Amino acid sequence: MRFFKKFFCIALISFFISCTENDNQQTSSSDNYNRSSLLTNVVDNIIIPAHQRFQDELTLLSEQLVEFNSNRDIETLENLQLQFVETYKYWQHIEMFNIGYAEEIYYASKMNIYPTNVSRINDNINGGSFDLDNNPNQYSAQGFPALDYLLFGLGDSNSDILDAYLDNQNDNLTLNYLSLLVAKMQVNTTDVINYWTNNRQEFINSSGNSASSSLNMLANDFVYYYEKGFRANKIGIPAGVWSGLLPQNVEAYYKKDISKILAKEALTACVKFFNGTHFNGQSTGEGFYDYLAYLDDTNYSSSSMFIGLNDDIVSTFANADEKLNSLDNNFVSQIESNNMQMLEAYDAIQQGVVRLKTNMLSILGISVDYYDADGD
Amino acid sequence: MLFDKLSDYINKDVHPYPLSLYRIGFGLLIMFSLLRFWLKGNIESLYITPTFHFSYYGFSWVKPLGIYTYLLFAICFISAFLVMIGYKYRYSIIVLFLSFTYIELMDKTTYLNHYYLVSCISFLMIFLPCANYFSMDNKENVKVPKWTIDSLKFMIIIVYLYAGLAKINSDWLIHAQPLKIWLRAKYTIPLIGETLLQQNFSYYLFSWGGMIYDCLIPFLLLYNKTRNFAFFMVIAFHVMTRVLFPPIGMFPYIMIFSCIIFFDSELHKKIIDFIKYIFRLKIKNAEKFISRNNNFSYNRFNISILALFFLFQIMFPLRSNLYKGELFWTEQGYRFSWRVMLIEKAGYTTFKIVDNDSNKFHVVNNNEFLTPFQEKQMSFQPDMILEYAHYLGDTFKKRGFDNVSVYAESYVTLNGRPSMRFIDPEVDLYKLKNDFKHKKWIIPINDDIKSLL
Repeated sequence: MRFFKKFFCIALISFFISCTENDNQQTSSSDNYNRSSLLTNVVDNIIIPAHQRFQDELTLLSEQLVEFNSNRDIETLENLQLQFVETYKYWQHIEMFNIGYAEEIYYASKMNIYPTNVSRINDNINGGSFDLDNNPNQYSAQGFPALDYLLFGLGDSNSDILDAYLDNQNDNLTLNYLSLLVAKMQVNTTDVINYWTNNRQEFINSSGNSASSSLNMLANDFVYYYEKGFRANKIGIPAGVWSGLLPQNVEAYYKKDISKILAKEALTACVKFFNGTHFNGQSTGEGFYDYLAYLDDTNYSSSSMFIGLNDDIVSTFANADEKLNSLDNNFVSQIESNNMQMLEAYDAIQQGVVRLKTNMLSILGISVDYYDADGD
Repeated sequence: MLFDKLSDYINKDVHPYPLSLYRIGFGLLIMFSLLRFWLKGNIESLYITPTFHFSYYGFSWVKPLGIYTYLLFAICFISAFLVMIGYKYRYSIIVLFLSFTYIELMDKTTYLNHYYLVSCISFLMIFLPCANYFSMDNKENVKVPKWTIDSLKFMIIIVYLYAGLAKINSDWLIHAQPLKIWLRAKYTIPLIGETLLQQNFSYYLFSWGGMIYDCLIPFLLLYNKTRNFAFFMVIAFHVMTRVLFPPIGMFPYIMIFSCIIFFDSELHKKIIDFIKYIFRLKIKNAEKFISRNNNFSYNRFNISILALFFLFQIMFPLRSNLYKGELFWTEQGYRFSWRVMLIEKAGYTTFKIVDNDSNKFHVVNNNEFLTPFQEKQMSFQPDMILEYAHYLGDTFKKRGFDNVSVYAESYVTLNGRPSMRFIDPEVDLYKLKNDFKHKKWIIPINDDIKSLL
């Protein structure tokens, strides 16, 4: 038994040593992080205002469409095109919130799957029967990419495009389809906004750490969007990371010169979400940045194991932004002239994926893909 | 003199209650375990859905059997039942050992220490007379050699001791990792989640407590005076792990139950009497025992096998010392060594297939070949990365690219450290062999984790 006594003593003494070593900086960790303030900020200051702004832009788009319908000339067409670009930019701020009703109706897929399917669009226009709501094959025949085609892809110049809308003015099939698509986008958006306003409280209250809790869904959706919607769709796939070059797969392929603008807008949305920056204005509330700051080791001990992950992620985003800046507005010509730069931008964005997917989720204690296997 | 003592010990006969009770409980727990696994749909998701399976070295011939995998589980379940009731015990336990081990060898992704423990114990039980009493087999009650019961205790002691000694490392004791990460995320647990589990000292308390518990509990269980206290600690400890880490599954129950073996045979008799009472079972010659084992030749074969088995059990967990590099990072010699809950690791690993003839490349979309769970596990375990790289190389060869190279882009975070590059991106993994040599293509971690083992 003497061995145990000795062992006990040594163990106890070293335990106290290891504790006291780290006690001095411990004060700030005494109160728990308020996760519902993060959720409240994200819902009230980011998700809902971003959706509302997007809805306003959609309304403007439909008004321009009415204008164009009653008065078809180059000017109204150009106004419509301008508003399309504006609306598309605001879309970048909400695509990542694939939660609740949006997830249920495949909102993001109906809004922004590209490349769009031109032959299916033409079939739909020319009187085929189609179901935009429930047929997954129709996702690529609606939303922004379809609008992009209908507003920029029907001819080489705006006068050529205008021609497509001029014959049979009272019942122009192309315009009918365009109007149908815009109306669909409005209906879906209204439903999604209603979901958020009706379920706001419930969403904020669910601050647990199960797979279905709001925090886990937000974190997972954010990481997924950054990896898939942003990195892969906008840069990686067209730049041929997974297969050959696919310039026709860039976002806004027919408008051509806004791919970079949209990508930068998406990155801005990611940065603002991560930091908890309000959608309107620059004031900042609680975001994952602050949550990581709370979990930062400097608050706990002298241990230097993980310090400054939040700032590290922010600088990774800045680095990615810099690489995006150096690209041509037109990704198709960028890919054709110097695809190396696209791949460099991809690599810079990739560093963000690594940090978000491994470090951030690991430190938050959130599992990447929900899987309930046993562990030991 | 020493030989006399030894042969006295080997020939010493005792009541068979502990072995019989262990047989019953073990069979029952395995049945529960398999049933739970089946009902959760894990057979489907782990063994039927995936197109590719990660194999253990030398066991690549062990694969899931398609729809017959269910049959395999059924056989395992039935053999566990037969072990429980003690019917054709020797055959049943052999079938149980083989079928359970086969299941565990089918895919490395699912490796868990306690599955390995079940395989070890069921192997051990092949050589133990567990059906000498209170079984369908026995016609008369036969005493058992004392060493047979002690061998089970020894197995449990090995598990605890190695688990404890492995916790003596700087991440666990000085940084309180990975418990700090894990416990902090348990803020939903009532009462302690928002309070105790957010305190820095808690992480040290749990880390040090866990280490001391694992190191001391075998000895506390061995001594009469401390045994009751020790068993209380066993229950408290394992129930606590069950509360804190729900995915730990059946492990706590297996450990709690196994520790009963340390109590003297009177307690086992009482429990068996209780079982008899509940189920209204009558046992022939209830309390008459004959002794048959006091000849050395009977014991010789079994004892030699078990001596080898335990020699292996003692040596094998130490093999990690033969490797260069940081064990938690490279995981060379990490499995099968009772290193439990020591690391929080996450990785991000993608593969680039280069066609050397045309110099074109293609980055693989992992979920084309792996389930999310497989991808997660593969992403930070080098041997799995290599095996998967070979699978990818072979796959692209079949698609008509004769001269391909496979490169990995891999980042891993260990116990909260910033993620860093894991695999040398310049190394063509397809050209490497999967073997037990040191994996030079793992980029060393830029940190020094001190550890005892």
